[in-house]
This record gives sequence, structure tokens and C-alpha cells, in this order.
Amino acid sequence: MAREAAVSREKSAGNGAGDGAQRQHSLPDKDTCQAVLSKMMLIRRFEERAGEMYAKAKIGGFLHLCIGEEATVVGSTQAMRDSDYLLSTYREHGQAIARGTHPNAVMAELFGRVDGCSNGRGGSMHLFDIERRFLGGYGIVGGSLPLSAGVALACDYQGTDDAVVCMFGDGATNQGTFGESMNMAALWKLPVVFMVINNQFGMGTALERHSAVTDLSKKAEGYGVPGSRCDGMDVLDVHSATTEALRKAREDREPQLLEAVTYRFRGHSMADPEEYRTKDEVEEWRRRDPIASFSKRLAEEGVFSEEDIEKLDQKAVSTVDEAVQFADNSPFPELDSLYDDLYVLGEQVKSRGWWSVDERSPEPHRGEEEREAGRLPHELAEAGAAYAGVGEAQERKRRQRQAADDDEPAADPRDVEGGGD
Amino acid sequence: MPVMRYREALNQSLREEMEADERVFIMGEDIGVFQGAFKVTAGLLEQFGDRRVRDTPISENTIVGVGVGGAMAGLRPIVELMTINFSLLALDQIINHAAAIHYMFGGQVKVPLVVRMPQGAGHQLGPTHSHCLEAMYLHVPGLLVAVPSTAADAKGLLKAAIQDDNPVIFIEHEYLYGQRGEVPENGGPMRFGEAAVRREGSDVTVVGISRMAITAERAAEQLSHEHELEAEVIDPRTLRPLDLDTILDSVKKTNRAVIVEEGWPHGGVGANLAALIQEQAFDYLDAPVARVTGADVPMPYSKPLEQAAFPHEEHVIQACLSLFKDL
Repeated sequence: MAREAAVSREKSAGNGAGDGAQRQHSLPDKDTCQAVLSKMMLIRRFEERAGEMYAKAKIGGFLHLCIGEEATVVGSTQAMRDSDYLLSTYREHGQAIARGTHPNAVMAELFGRVDGCSNGRGGSMHLFDIERRFLGGYGIVGGSLPLSAGVALACDYQGTDDAVVCMFGDGATNQGTFGESMNMAALWKLPVVFMVINNQFGMGTALERHSAVTDLSKKAEGYGVPGSRCDGMDVLDVHSATTEALRKAREDREPQLLEAVTYRFRGHSMADPEEYRTKDEVEEWRRRDPIASFSKRLAEEGVFSEEDIEKLDQKAVSTVDEAVQFADNSPFPELDSLYDDLYVLGEQVKSRGWWSVDERSPEPHRGEEEREAGRLPHELAEAGAAYAGVGEAQERKRRQRQAADDDEPAADPRDVEGGGD
Repeated sequence: MPVMRYREALNQSLREEMEADERVFIMGEDIGVFQGAFKVTAGLLEQFGDRRVRDTPISENTIVGVGVGGAMAGLRPIVELMTINFSLLALDQIINHAAAIHYMFGGQVKVPLVVRMPQGAGHQLGPTHSHCLEAMYLHVPGLLVAVPSTAADAKGLLKAAIQDDNPVIFIEHEYLYGQRGEVPENGGPMRFGEAAVRREGSDVTVVGISRMAITAERAAEQLSHEHELEAEVIDPRTLRPLDLDTILDSVKKTNRAVIVEEGWPHGGVGANLAALIQEQAFDYLDAPVARVTGADVPMPYSKPLEQAAFPHEEHVIQACLSLFKDL
């Protein structure tokens, strides 16, 4: 059953899977080929290493890897201008790297370090790089679709010809924001390409089990957003389709929905036993590995030798080695930076701290007298009858502790400290 | 000083800020051709055109999200939601996105967005159009929250909200839209975090939120005439930032505090303020901090029930008197 589902999903990719499809597009020049292959390799090696670092507990929280989806990530971002904006999901390490964020800064963010691309505030799901106009990974499924329409509105409002690419998964097409954002983008003729990365699963729920319409490219037609589809395992097909979609969005002011049919080789996150699919199905898709198949073609057409390709891969490995080292050496954020950047300081917020009760007084304030009296019970008693009860209780606890200490050392330090000075 | 209605003061504020800054634009349901459900945006479409005054589909979450995205990319959007109840559809964009983005991306981007909306009972609009939810927004770090109760504050605080670089939840009140007040000519933006002492008094501090600042002031007059108690009435005007010092100074003088809000009691503004007052001024209190709140029910439609479900002057008076009953 699962096997059949896999096959039917593969068929639904439309333009026929496998090496044959890649021949549809002629290879670009050698430099471009090298750039594309290197980026895909870097992302693959980065993700593999991130998985290892997660196992070593260097990385906390959730970790969502895009292994298998490299052609989709690189093919699409290669079609963007530097001035275009990209917004993505929580599976976005590849997107950040593809847009030029240094792997050191991405790995440091996964490690929660101060040199991370979000200063350790966001983690794996919330990477950000304003200089490269990578406007974020977002942890809420469908959350970035309205934002992308808003960024596209800003492009339009400001009279630029910048455009926006908004990437999300197949699961996000079921969110309310999908329909709402499509409608508003079409209504206002916004320069945005909505790119659905169909990796066949919304977490552990297979496409045909979560979406009544499985041809996702059709899912926005009713909102006035035309759709198209590309082979997400073929970097050249993704590049070509994204180039055309961006052209229509930018020049014709017609937002587009582009579906890239791909597959997630790893689980949804690191905590995924993958009981919802068979090993055979994964194996089937792995035969179409986007990096292996592109490498194979480059070798066959004589662009690179096997050794050249091996060297590129080695370079990716050493870049990732360096990223891990960098992340490990980067300090954790200072604890007193906890409240930094909660607000933009300005006319209404002049300094950090006013919003927080604990900034005003780390402990509950119990009155002037008590502060003056200090902590000794007899002084508390002098401070007023109201405190006599408190003083007695404290004295009683103190005596109990003293007695316990005399008998034997406390097994749990909290037994002592919890007594409450 | 010119006298105008609260809604006119808001309209003037929008107009002046849009004239002053090309990046400012407004969008929302029926704000353009229809001129706004409460006519706050009357005439703006005619003056500024449909590029800057944008009617939207009924898609609250996405309207706010488009505002957040626009703000991240250099605009200064104002979003009007038709009531605060409708903002519940947009909580994802307000809390998970607008409030978090500056912080979670390490300060790389800011979200200068204003979300305006009215709240409040009194028009028999029933359980989906009448609530007061300022406490919910007060809860969220990263937001600024304004609750103006007068025409002058509505104008000055809205200007400040539009000019500020943080996301602002700007909560208007349906009852207040038609109320008149003096508004300074050529007035600039007001400061957030500066409470107004509406009435001075030495016997009890009454803090009124949103419309309840007006109710509290009327109750204070009656307390003075009928019970010879002088209440000091404080309108915090903004809840984030909160001018706690003005409230504490007053409590230290009167030794009694009553908080009046229209919203629900549990986890309300009053619950929060009562905690702050007892933490910071415990020694000065001669009585427990009292709260007057809306009833703990979805707002009923039927007029007598609705009237019974939100605070009136007599509730405030009773609460104040209860603090003196042992004397």
C-alpha cells in the first residue's frame, strides 16, 4: 500500500522522474555548474554535520534537515536577484546558506551562540540575515505567507522592481493563511512567488492523507494565482521554473504558485521514528538524489572529472568543519542581554527594563520597615507586630535546619536552601 | 482649545501622520469606500487615494501579517480591525510574529506597525463584538499597548504609536467614539508610559482602564458629593509601558486602591495591578486592593443583562466604600 502510494506520488511529479528529465535543460556555463553543485554539496554536508551535532547535544530544541531537497533550495535561490527577498519555514538552513549567509553564522545559531545569524535568539527554526534579504525562518506553519505578501506590498509601494520568494511546505497549503494570502496577493497584484516545497509529508502525514487536492500547483487557481510545477530533484528544472515564475511576478505583477516536487530523505525532525513510510519508498527517492544525479551528468558531459567533483565535496566538508569549530568557539550570549532588543529604543521606550517587574525589584518588596530591619528575626519583631509571626516562623525553620545539620549532612542541598532565608 | 469627538481626533491624527510621512498607510476592512465601520477613517480615501487607504478582504490574520511584512521592509502600516474580538483571528500574526520578530532575529529588523481596534460593551452587539481584551495584549512582551479614554489622548497617543518603531496595539472604545473633548491645536505625539491624574484626592486611589477611566471619574464626583470621600482617579493611558510610579505615589498617599476595568476578572489588568501594588507598596495599604471588573461571562445581548455585565458608577462607589467599612 505504502509502496503504491510512493509510486503514485512519483508519477504525480508529472514531468517524469529520473535522469531523463534532467536532459530537458542544457547545462549552464562551467562556473555556474560549479557554484550550483558546490552549494548543494555544502548544504548536504552542513545538514549531515548538524545532525551529528544534535546527537552530541551541541544543538538543542528541534532540528529539521533538508537533505534530499537541495536542488529545490539551490535551483530556486539561484534564480533570485540579490535585491529580492526570501522568506522560509523552520526547515531553512539550506535557504540561508544558499542566499549567502556564512555557514559559520548558521552553525553558531544552531549552537545558540552569540555569533549566530540571529544572535542565538532564534535557533534552527528562526534564522535571519537582513543583509542578504533573507527575512527569516518561521516556526509557525503558514505564518510567513502573509508576511511575504506584506514584503511584496512594500516592494510595490516603494516603486522598486524587487520581488519576493516565499517558501513553505505541502502542509502549509492547508492553513487559512494560504488562501488569504493568495487572494490578497492576486487582488493587489503583488510581486511574489509562493513556492510550495512538496516533500510529500506534512510532518508525518502523507500528502494524500492531508490534502484533498494532491496536485498542489492547482490549489491557488481559485484565488487567482496561477500555478506551475517543477521537478524538485532537478536543480536545472527548478531554476528554470523559478526564473519564469519570478519574471511573471516581477514584470507582469502576477503572483505565482510554484510547486517543487521533492522528497525529504531524513525524518521530519531528529525525533522522528519514521513509522509513516517504508524504507523502500525512501530508497526509491534516494535513487534520484539531486546531488548524485547532477554530479553524474556533469561527469558524463565532461564538465568535471570524478576527481574535480570529489575535490568540491572535500571543500564542502572542510567548510563545515570550520563552521563547527567557529560555533564551538563562539560564546553563549551574556545573561544580561536577556532583555536586549525586546523593544526598539526611541521616544516611547527610552531604556530597557521598565516593562519588567523583576527589573524594578528582584524580590517582592515587603515594605520599608522590613528592608531596614534586615533579616534577623529579632529585628523583624522590633519592626512591628505585623511581622512577629513571620519572625517566629523563620526562627523555627532556622532551628530545624540547625538540628538537621547537627544530625547528618543534608543529602540534597535544596533541603537546606529551600528552608527560606 | 478646539472641542471634537474622539473619532474625529483619531481621524485628524491619521490625516496628519499620513501627510507627514509617505511610508504611513492604512488598511483594513471597509475603511475606504465605506469610510470605516465607526467612521474613524472618513474622508481618508478621498484625500490619499487607494494606494495609501486600502480596503482589504475579510482576512484578519493576513491583514495583520501583511502589515508586519510591510513594516519589516520599510513601511509604517496602520491596520484597522473592526473590533478587538476580530483580532483573535490575528493572534498568530500579532503574538508569534509582530511581537517576537525584533527579538527573535537579534534586533536585525523592526516592526513599526500599529493595529487599531475598538473594544467594549454598551451597543448590544452580543458575545462576539463587545469584549474588552486589553489584558490579553498587556500579557505579551514586545508589544506596546495604548488604551486612550479622551479625544486628546486618542490623538496624541495615536501619533506617538505611528511614529514609534515598535508594534503597537492601539485599543479604542466603541462608547468613546462619540464623546467630545478638548484637543490641543497643533499637538504633537504624547509620551507612552505617562499616566494622567484625572482628579486629585486623598482618600482612595481609583485606577480606571479605557472607558472605565470616565466611569471612575464620574463615580469619584458622586463619592465626593454623597459620601465626602475624595478619590484620586488615575488613567494609565498606556498599559505597556505602564506608569506604575504615578499609581504607587497615589497609593502611598491614599493607602487604598480600587482598579476598574471592563474586561474579565481572571488574569485581568486589575489582577496584574493588584499584584504590582502589593509587591511594591504593601506597607502603605490599609485595605486589600479592590477590583471592579466586567462579569465573568461572554457578553449577553439582552439590554438589561448587558448593562449588568459591565461596571457602572455604582459598582465603583460600592467598591470604594467597602474599603472603609471597618473604620
